[in-house]
Amino acid sequence: MTLWQRLKDNATLYVGLLVVFYMLAPIAVIALFSFNDPTGKFNFEWVGFTTEYWANAFDNQEINDSLWLSIRLAFFTSLGATILGTLIALALVRYEFFGRKAANLLIVIPIATPEVVIGAALLSLFVYASASLGFTTLLIAHIMFSISFAVIVVRSRLIGFDRRLEEAAADLGASPLTTFFKVTLPLLLPGIAGALMLTFALSVDDFVISNFNAGSSVTFPLYIFGANQRGIPVQVNVIATMLFLVAVIAITFVILQQRRVEKLVEKRADDDNKASVAIPI
Amino acid sequence: MTTLRQRLVPYGLMSPGLLWLALFFVVPMFFMAWFSVSSGSLEAGWSLTWTFSNYTDAISNYTTQFGRSFLYAGAATILCLLLGYPLAYAIAFKAGRWQNLMLFAVIAPFFTTYLIRTIAWKTILEDSSPVVSFLKTIQVLPSDGRVLATSAAVIAGLTYNFLPFMVLPLYASLERLDLRLLEASKDLYASATQTFFRVTLPLTAPGIIAGVLLTFIPAVGDYVNATFLGGVNQSMIGNVIQAQYLVINDYATAAALSFTLMIIILIAVMLYIRFAGTEALMGDEEEASA
Repeated sequence: MTLWQRLKDNATLYVGLLVVFYMLAPIAVIALFSFNDPTGKFNFEWVGFTTEYWANAFDNQEINDSLWLSIRLAFFTSLGATILGTLIALALVRYEFFGRKAANLLIVIPIATPEVVIGAALLSLFVYASASLGFTTLLIAHIMFSISFAVIVVRSRLIGFDRRLEEAAADLGASPLTTFFKVTLPLLLPGIAGALMLTFALSVDDFVISNFNAGSSVTFPLYIFGANQRGIPVQVNVIATMLFLVAVIAITFVILQQRRVEKLVEKRADDDNKASVAIPI
Repeated sequence: MTTLRQRLVPYGLMSPGLLWLALFFVVPMFFMAWFSVSSGSLEAGWSLTWTFSNYTDAISNYTTQFGRSFLYAGAATILCLLLGYPLAYAIAFKAGRWQNLMLFAVIAPFFTTYLIRTIAWKTILEDSSPVVSFLKTIQVLPSDGRVLATSAAVIAGLTYNFLPFMVLPLYASLERLDLRLLEASKDLYASATQTFFRVTLPLTAPGIIAGVLLTFIPAVGDYVNATFLGGVNQSMIGNVIQAQYLVINDYATAAALSFTLMIIILIAVMLYIRFAGTEALMGDEEEASA
């Protein structure tokens, strides 16, 4: 095979790898500049290498406060949105009912609305109601925009659900509630865990909607936005890199766990097949 | 036979979540509509005066920003499609042992904060950065040229930030592609190009449509990229809405602008879906109900 032929055959792969480089470059820059030692207050030009800011990652009280607020907010958001979303997903997949198209629409439209419009509309409500802006309004807003995503994640898990397992539980005399807690919920767990993680990530990362409804509360993204004018401390890069690493480790763990379970299931299915072959009919 | 109680179960399950969406998504829209035809000020309070001139004023004052938003978002969406399709195709069919790494690269940006990602681009495109110096050396850029505070920088930022939203639906539809159809096309003597344009592309249309909508809609309303990477002459409609609401506190103008933006997007989406086919947007929905 000539070199030209090889290049031609793999052209899409090379273009793909270039795009991958494009996706990862800014992340590398963030990590690199967490080791920068800027002379002024702006961290845009490479000056010299230092580990000083990694050693003092949590020295800046303002950053710590904003980060803590974001984490608390994301915790309650993911909990609330996942509970509400799971219930909706159960209704949508399990039941035929009047108004399901309308329900579907109500879930899809918030995803198809620009964040700036959602933020502005919520602020209109809060201003009209003279509500004081802060943690509560942020939590209301975050749960609102996260519900749709929770529904989508849990629903995709529910669609591949083997209903016969529940029937089996019922046949064995389990009450509907017992069946739900002992069969349905454990099997749904990966979907629920996925929804929790996704909504947590969405909440921690949200800037636009928070910008409108935070009042004087400062989440981590809001802190970065404000700090942009006066110079963003290097610690922000350090914490961003840490968060990235934590997310990567968490994802790797989930994937490995899933593979383990899949292998186990495959093995069991294999054993079952062998068993059924062994039984003479 | 189902009893009344059984028939009420789905409503019971849905009601808390849907009520939340109704209260904090639908109801706020009405209040925004209320503000958009009101007059007043932060100090004096607001009253409903049915001032429809809020709309005409807002649109005529900010035509440039509206135009710019749709131009930037359109350009970014096209770029995302041009970059995203080869990437999704490579992940689905060509990646081999690179597959997981490439999929990871697509979602990796989600693991760093949106704002920090955008600021990283500011670092990359700074006047004295290696990238800009290189562009000057190969004379793509004049020696006193800048990349920051140009339309190109804002479009590049939008493209980067919304690329995953394009790649993921594309990948999902490519992965579902029945490879035997491609083989059949080859067996019938279609060239690789013909196979791509007459089999692969049409079959992945739902992914393209979903990707285009998921990229375009958030990009139109975005103001983060324009704030960090653009200058005064790059401000988009999102910047105006944000400033009107949060800095100037002119809720009437801001609400009228938000509504206009949403209506234009709705019309654009509806036209697009009519043009591209209905199953695209609700594709997953139908699968779910089937």
